[in-house]
Parts: sequence; C-alpha cells; structure tokens
Amino acid sequence: MHIEVRGLNKSFGDFHAVSDVSFEIEKGKLIGLLGPSGGGKTSVLRMLAGLETPTSGDILFHGKRVNDLPPQERGIGFVFQNYALFKHMTVYDNVAFGLKVKKQPKDRIRERVMSLLELTGLKGFEHRYPHQLSGGQRQRVAFARALAPEPQLLLLDEPFAAIDAKIRTELRTWLKELIDRVGITSIFVTHDQDEAIEVADEIMIMNKGRLEQKGTPWDIYKNPETPFVASFIGESTIVHDIGRIKGFEEAAVWEGTTALIRPEYIEIGKAGEIRLQSATMEGRIRQLHFRGSEWLVEVDVNGTTLKTYRSLEKEAFHPGEEVSVLVHRAYLFNERDSWMMENRLKEDPMPIHI
Amino acid sequence: MMTVIIVIIVTAINTVFGVMLALYLVRADWIGQKLKRLLNSLVDLPFAVSPVIGGLMIVLLLGPNTVIGALLEGAGFKVVYALPGMTLATLFVTFPIMVREVMPVLQEIGAQQEEAASTLGAYPWYTFWRVTWPSIRWGVIYGVVLTVARSLGEFGAVLVVSGNIINKTQTATTLVYQDVENFNVAAANGVALVLAAFSALLLLMMEWAKKRKEVH
Repeated sequence: MHIEVRGLNKSFGDFHAVSDVSFEIEKGKLIGLLGPSGGGKTSVLRMLAGLETPTSGDILFHGKRVNDLPPQERGIGFVFQNYALFKHMTVYDNVAFGLKVKKQPKDRIRERVMSLLELTGLKGFEHRYPHQLSGGQRQRVAFARALAPEPQLLLLDEPFAAIDAKIRTELRTWLKELIDRVGITSIFVTHDQDEAIEVADEIMIMNKGRLEQKGTPWDIYKNPETPFVASFIGESTIVHDIGRIKGFEEAAVWEGTTALIRPEYIEIGKAGEIRLQSATMEGRIRQLHFRGSEWLVEVDVNGTTLKTYRSLEKEAFHPGEEVSVLVHRAYLFNERDSWMMENRLKEDPMPIHI
Repeated sequence: MMTVIIVIIVTAINTVFGVMLALYLVRADWIGQKLKRLLNSLVDLPFAVSPVIGGLMIVLLLGPNTVIGALLEGAGFKVVYALPGMTLATLFVTFPIMVREVMPVLQEIGAQQEEAASTLGAYPWYTFWRVTWPSIRWGVIYGVVLTVARSLGEFGAVLVVSGNIINKTQTATTLVYQDVENFNVAAANGVALVLAAFSALLLLMMEWAKKRKEVH
C-alpha cells in the first residue's frame, strides 16, 4: 500500500507528541521508525492504525484520505509491543480471529490459519494457550494473527523489545525474510539503531515529535542532515573546539561550530605507521577497552579525548603511550547549518614538508 | 415473596449497568478526566451513605408529597411504599458492588487486546463478547453473587421506603424484624434460617468464583 502523511500533529493536552510530520512510503517497503523513547514514534504508528485520532493533518492510503475511517476498515495489521494475544484463546483461535470476524467459510479459515502457522514455524502448537508459549513464539503468533486477514499494511510496535538478545537477532532476520516473501508494506517502531539499520529498507528518525530524516540506512549514516541524527546513529565524540584538530583549523573560523567525529573517521598508529605523516598529530593513549572483536581506544589529543577502534590484529597499545592520530573527516554543525568536512591536509597535494 | 422479585430485578439491572459504567469509566476517552473522577466518587456514594438515609432520600424525592411522586402516582404508578421504591432502594445500596468488582479487572487486562481486535476488523459488540467478556466473566459472576447477597439482606433502606405494610411490602428481612417485634420468635427463626442457608450457599459460590477469577 502506498502511504502518505501530511502535516501530522498530535497533542495530549499541552504535550506535543507529534508535530508536523510528513512522509511518503512506497508500496512493499519495510520502514524502520527509529528514535529515543518518548519521541512520538508509537503515536505516529497508532494514528496510522486509527487507534488514535490526529489533532491535525492528513493520512492517505492509496491517495485516499483515511482519517475518518475506524481501524476496522483500514486494512492494516498491527503487532503490539506486548503482543496483546487473546489470553483465553488457543493459538489457532488467535490466528483465526480476523477471519472469523469476516465470516469466511470454516474450511477456508482452517486452510489459511494452517498455512500461516506453517509459515511462522508454529505447526503443532495450534492447541496451546498463549501462556504456554515462549516470548519468541508469542511474537510469531501475534505476527501470524496480524497477517491472517491479508492486510495491506503491517505496523509493528517495538516487535522485539520483550525478547532476549540472542533470539532477537534470529527473529529479526526471520522477520525480514518473511516480510520480503509476503511482500507487504511494513513499518516498525524501534529505539534500537542496530535493529533499524539491519532490518529496514529505509529509516525514519524521529526526535521530540519531529521527523529528523528519512532515507536508507547507508544514506543516513553517511549524510546525517541534523546534529541529532549524526549523534544518534553510530558512536561518536563531540568536539567543541575544532581548531585544535589538525587539518580542521579553518573550521574554527565559523563562530560556535561544533564537530562530531565517529570512531571510524580516526586513524591511530605508532610513529611511522600512518602514511600521511604530515596530517597527523601527537596523542597519548588514555584508556583501552576490550570490545570482544576489537579495542576501543580513548586517546588524548591537545586536551580533547577522541574515541576510536583498533583491530586486534595490529600491535596493541598501552595506556600512556605516545601515538600519531589522523582525523580523516568530521561532521560539523552550528545553529544555522551542518556539513561534512574532509581533512584539509589530506586533500591538499603534499605540502612542502619533506 | 417480594424478596425474590427484588433480588432478581436488582441483580439484572446492576449487572448490566454496572458492567457498562465500569467499561465507560475505564475505557472511554471521550469522557473527560475530571468528569470520570466525579463519576468514580459518585459510584462510592452508597457505600458512604447509611442505607437508612438512602431510603429516606428516595422517599423525599419520589414520595407522594413531591412533584415527581405525585406525577407518577397520577399516572397510576406508585413508587414509594410499593415494589418500585423498594427495588430502587436496593438498587441504590448495591450499585457500587458490580462497578468496583469489574473496574480493576478491566484496568488489569488493559485496552490492548481490544485494540488488537479492532485492527483485525472486529466491531465493539463482537469485541466485547469475544475478547472482553471472557476476561471479566469471573469478576462479573463474583459481583453478581455479592449483589444477590447484599440485596437479600438489605434492611435499612427497604424498611424506610416500604413502610413495612404487612403481606404487601414486606421482604424477608423486614419480616424477621416484624416477627421479633411481635415476640413471634419461632416465625422469625424460621425466616432467618432460610436467609442464613442462602447466605451459606452464596458464600460457597463466592469462594468458587473468586478462585476461578484468579486463574485467568
């Protein structure tokens, strides 16, 4: 289903949960709605479902305004954060609910339910009650139930929040495959950036009720449009005095400019290890953290602490050691503008240093 | 006996309206917070007010000397000192029971299952019977048993409203009172014994309903 939202607003009393959100979603896309808790993501989802009425703005499905349609008539499937399974019904009855409402013939219902249970790997569980299932199984029941009436839009509210970490990654992959196979337009809400980046075709980032940016995960990572997006996606260090970083002295000309530097923008090495010697500056290792697959290194440079990674394959550092640091690029922003800047000394032809 | 009629009418009305009011108080968004709070405390009024005062209130509002009472009597409908008044008095006294029994259950199960049903295409009536009712069923049954017990034993409010006209507006409890007053101890004991037997039975049912309520 093609979805369009125009100038959506929702306020609860004085609190603006959603302010002036507009976006468009193409048919068949899997969209991740990402943002910190209380950012208005769930409100947007509930308004799309018709469970909440917008204070103002339009919601269009297939170019038709659906604001006044009740949830029953919107043709959506909704998976709730706590699944909201019908406790007193078996797995079979839960999945069959949406079909029974539509008064479909018994054998058709049976056929559809069994094929969905097969698809979700719940075959053999049809006579169990929700309290006899594990978290992951409940989630799949909720999923099968939402898909049963063949909705055109699937909405998922924090679908993996209540599942432990190990199964969560499995379920993510499973969900993505399943949605690809069913080919249904889907929107899921999450506060976990890894989840959004891994699963979604496109991400929408919301903060304080505003839509900050919409784009593919790669786009958002590479070209964050607002400081919030830059700091929310990926790890980063904020540097207030950019003039102290070698190669970025020019940036200090703009008043009040702050830099955001990701760990992967920084290269560190022992003296002579980095090729572009002229662009490096002196640093001192402050602390080392073992991260399982790599080192997280905190390094002091001219009074600023930068964070970066170092491969386990390379020679290990020790706290207090002198190293060379090269900052490849930085994301700069002030009140008016934000932009990406490459290290000047890197771009320039080799200066007369030799 | 009149008691049976009153108990049946009161239980039926209180069950339906009690569940309805509980649903509105917990679920309805269109009722403002302040109005909800006001209604909520009004529900408790009969608990706070002495039943005798409650009965007196009905006499004062609907008695033959008031405007409404006179109008109704003119239409051939006697309220006070007759069955409708007694039913009304018992209704007033037992009203909070069902609401107070069902509201916490509704709050506990939350609105999500109902919302899920609505996104699956079910309209409110279908949702109520298929989703809400199975969850609150035992709470409602417990409320019914309590309401029956209370209306069976209600004395104060009924005494004031009924006028205790012998063989006309007498319930089991006012009969016991009458018999004791007349030193007719044997008759009083007999009626009391029947009431006690009912109470014991109701107590057993209450325990059973409570147990079932906790299962879900």
